[in-house]
Amino acid sequence: MDGTDVTIPEHIPELKHHFDDTAQQYESSTLGMWVFLLTEIMFFGGMFGSYTVYRNMYPEAFASTSRFMNVTLGATNTAVLICSSLTMALAVRAARLGAKKKLILFLVFTLILGIVFLSIKYVEYHEKWVDHHIPGPGFHYDLPQYYHQAQILFFLYFAMTGMHALHMIVGAGLLTTLIVMAARNRFNAEWNTPVDMIGLYWHFVDIVWIFLFPLLYLIGNH
Amino acid sequence: MSSQITPVKNYVLVFLALIALTIATTLISRVELGEYNFVVALTIAVIKASLVVWFFMHVNHSSSLTRLFVVAGLFWLAIMLVFVMSDYVSRGWLPGPRWR
Repeated sequence: MDGTDVTIPEHIPELKHHFDDTAQQYESSTLGMWVFLLTEIMFFGGMFGSYTVYRNMYPEAFASTSRFMNVTLGATNTAVLICSSLTMALAVRAARLGAKKKLILFLVFTLILGIVFLSIKYVEYHEKWVDHHIPGPGFHYDLPQYYHQAQILFFLYFAMTGMHALHMIVGAGLLTTLIVMAARNRFNAEWNTPVDMIGLYWHFVDIVWIFLFPLLYLIGNH
Repeated sequence: MSSQITPVKNYVLVFLALIALTIATTLISRVELGEYNFVVALTIAVIKASLVVWFFMHVNHSSSLTRLFVVAGLFWLAIMLVFVMSDYVSRGWLPGPRWR
């Protein structure tokens, strides 16, 4: 190899020297993000697994708890998250087109919807607090025969929705970072990988809720 | 660089499908179907998640390697859930000290 046929690519500041081109760099970023999301799937999968085990052991007790879940707020929150997934997808699209104003607009919409979700979640947690449905010494349940088993469900409820809410808070921080970066003209049609990757994260958090909603709110709703 | 630009219309159609499925699953949950309530709710959730993964997360435009990783993740999740449940469900099938 004498190296005379090597063409030097156009210099893009964001292209790291160990990648051939931006396409290769983008591909490895996508793959890396998916590997991270797979660890997240296993993390939430463990909690979904324990939910399945306990639901299988105490089906009546678990079904009885859903009458104390606020289905209206849960369904509203599902719709809010789906809206935020749409605005996130449109933000990624705007970033690929290099449309800065649209990108910032859709990122702000997504952030606002995320905050709306967390606010509704706060209202629900407060309801649980008022109804003494927080597991622990102050726990109270209208059906005494299910006192202990219902506590397991409420513990899982707080663990799963709590971890989900924590992911939403992290997502809100990431969105804020993106908005600042976009305002500082850090993204263009050639390079906008962070928007793409955080978009993947946001959609993943949406998917977790898509499963939490039927499992926690709808079982035994009839 | 991934240069595929999906028309806004496609995203809006996926969004409308997701909202319709959310309304459907909420309404169906009010009908007494026995154990099928659980099956229907989970089936709708899987359809919704697949729509998000395929269209919003752009797996429809992803490389084969990325798709392989996505499928591998679901496979590993299936291993975890199936092995855990095969333990708990089969307890008590054989005579002997009963696990409680």
